[in-house]
Amino acid sequence: MVHFFRSSVQKALFSVAIVALLALSGVSPLLAGEVVKIGVAGPFSGAVAAFGDQFWRGAEQAAMDLNAKGGIDGKKVVLVRGDDACEPKQALQVANRLVDFEEVNAIMGHFCSATTITASEIYADAGLLMMTPASTNPMVTERGLPTIFRNTGRDDQQGVVAANFVVEKLGAKQIAVIHDKSTYGQGIADAFKAHLHTLGLTEILYDGLTRGEKDFNALVTKIKGHRADAVYFGGIHSEAGPLARQLKEQGVSAPLISGDGIVSDEFVMSAGGPSYAQGVYMTFGADPRKIPAGKEVIARYRAKGIEPEGYTLYSYATIQAIAAAMEGAGTTTDGEKMAEWLHTHPVQTIMGAKTWDAKGDLSVSDYVIYQWDDQGSYQEVE
Amino acid sequence: MDLIIFVQQLINGLVLGSIYGLIAVGYTMVYGIIGMINFAHGEIYMISAYLTAVFLALLATLGIQSVPLVLLLVLLLTTLFTALYGWSIERVAYRPLRSSTRLAPLISAIGMTLVLQNYVRLGQGAKSQGVPPLIEGHFRLFLTGSDQFVQITYIQCLIIVAALLGMSLLTYLMQKTTLGRSCRATQQDRIMAGLLGVNTDRIISTVFVLGSAMAAIAGVLVSLNYGSFDFHIGFVTGIKAFTAAVLGGIGSLPGAMLGGLILGLSESFFSGFVNTDYKDVFAFSILVLVLIFKPSGLLGVPEVEKV
Repeated sequence: MVHFFRSSVQKALFSVAIVALLALSGVSPLLAGEVVKIGVAGPFSGAVAAFGDQFWRGAEQAAMDLNAKGGIDGKKVVLVRGDDACEPKQALQVANRLVDFEEVNAIMGHFCSATTITASEIYADAGLLMMTPASTNPMVTERGLPTIFRNTGRDDQQGVVAANFVVEKLGAKQIAVIHDKSTYGQGIADAFKAHLHTLGLTEILYDGLTRGEKDFNALVTKIKGHRADAVYFGGIHSEAGPLARQLKEQGVSAPLISGDGIVSDEFVMSAGGPSYAQGVYMTFGADPRKIPAGKEVIARYRAKGIEPEGYTLYSYATIQAIAAAMEGAGTTTDGEKMAEWLHTHPVQTIMGAKTWDAKGDLSVSDYVIYQWDDQGSYQEVE
Repeated sequence: MDLIIFVQQLINGLVLGSIYGLIAVGYTMVYGIIGMINFAHGEIYMISAYLTAVFLALLATLGIQSVPLVLLLVLLLTTLFTALYGWSIERVAYRPLRSSTRLAPLISAIGMTLVLQNYVRLGQGAKSQGVPPLIEGHFRLFLTGSDQFVQITYIQCLIIVAALLGMSLLTYLMQKTTLGRSCRATQQDRIMAGLLGVNTDRIISTVFVLGSAMAAIAGVLVSLNYGSFDFHIGFVTGIKAFTAAVLGGIGSLPGAMLGGLILGLSESFFSGFVNTDYKDVFAFSILVLVLIFKPSGLLGVPEVEKV
């Protein structure tokens, strides 16, 4: 009896696998040539997988909406997922796979600045258009690669907004600057620090913590000992959460300010509940959910029970921009032509009209300050 | 002021060290008895964190509200199930390789690490998970002024107490009981112990169970202390605990605790008074120095060449 049961389960699994294989091999040759393939590269696993989910939700809906309108020049849009796990090494493999094996026409991605910088070299070599909805490190567009764009602000803009807020609105004088030693985290912390200096202030503490750890009590005690009246953290939610919690636990009343690396409800989760995340400030682009152009799409998300938070709408808008460049330049393969078109034409996206400067950065950045509330969501600080 | 910071860092270091110590026990006991490094031990700790969340949710749905009861039940259940994991891992990954080369179980352990990590990632998702705060509150010792205090939270007290209690119990078990005598006999000479009637396979299983139970206690208390965890936490903590075990002398029970405390305190003080960036560099420099002058670790017994 036992033997029979086991073998029938195995048989079932085996046949499912065979069917899946057949389906896969059957579909791809049919579609080749008549589709536009857009690679969606981001962290779909690993510590920041939450942002990968946001990427995918944004891109998937955008592709569906594009296809409902007939695709790009009559060709259907197909998304190809590439998981970089936020690791530069893996991003290199993903980029090579997307370019050589999947032969994508353009790329939306990556998320982490370190992976975007690494992978963009490959896309630029292949002459493919790449636009990241999320990587904010200045180096992404500072290397003179013609086909590399971003649909988000830069850390040197974000750091300035944060520093102005901390000094002018919070009136802080003794500011501790903490980072997580990553390309993104240290980059944004340095941008913050640089603007502090131009405002005539010097940080009282500049220190880096280790990603993957949970105990920052020693650092928190040190912050307390320095009598900081504001703490800036450059990093992502997995460390920002425990840091926020331990600051509260040790009775440090100085507010914590961070960047767009904590724009996810996972920040609340990793802090251990809304009561610990409450009061934390962060910089992020003006809430795309409030821009009238996106109303219809946002309603479509909410009807499905998805809250388009964080980078979801950025990803949607990025796919729109890539599609617009393909239609505008009249090509789906020549990345350089698409890039040229993007430099000179505005694109109507669900986040309003967007234009790009010669470097590939957005012409207008719109960073504002948000604060986490006791319900585990964030509100703009007026 | 400086005294307050000093004492606070001492507490921070003691708590961190106790956690390292509790996990280091698993490495050191297994090494002591079969001379292999169980790299999957960090993942055992990770699994116990997930089990904590599962059992907390379970008890909440059953309507059990009393905090001490919940804590006790969660500790018991998590320890039980984590120990089961430890036992199964030994059965599946190590016992079949008992008579092969020394390197085979090591590779098997690394494989087990990958299996466990990805099993949890696929089963529970890559996102961080959290547990609601169960015990909140702290002792504060005010010295001068209203923001000048040294504090230790209740959970931090529990961590230190659990580490000390756990270590004393284990030491008693190893030194004074029949089970402990069999363990020590197996450690000294497995074949001879077998000839003299010790069921060595069972003893080895017991050691895995005990080590996992200690990791489970750490897992429960750490989850309650920090409030969140993900499938990846076993890696960093595992490496640190392993370092603690080597520092204290791998194979030595008190050494694991001592190593953990030294590691925790050195990290805490270096981070607090010098630089957080390089605290690991400092901790590992201590390890290197100790190993240069005392290759078997602080409390380790030098391996005697058997003739």
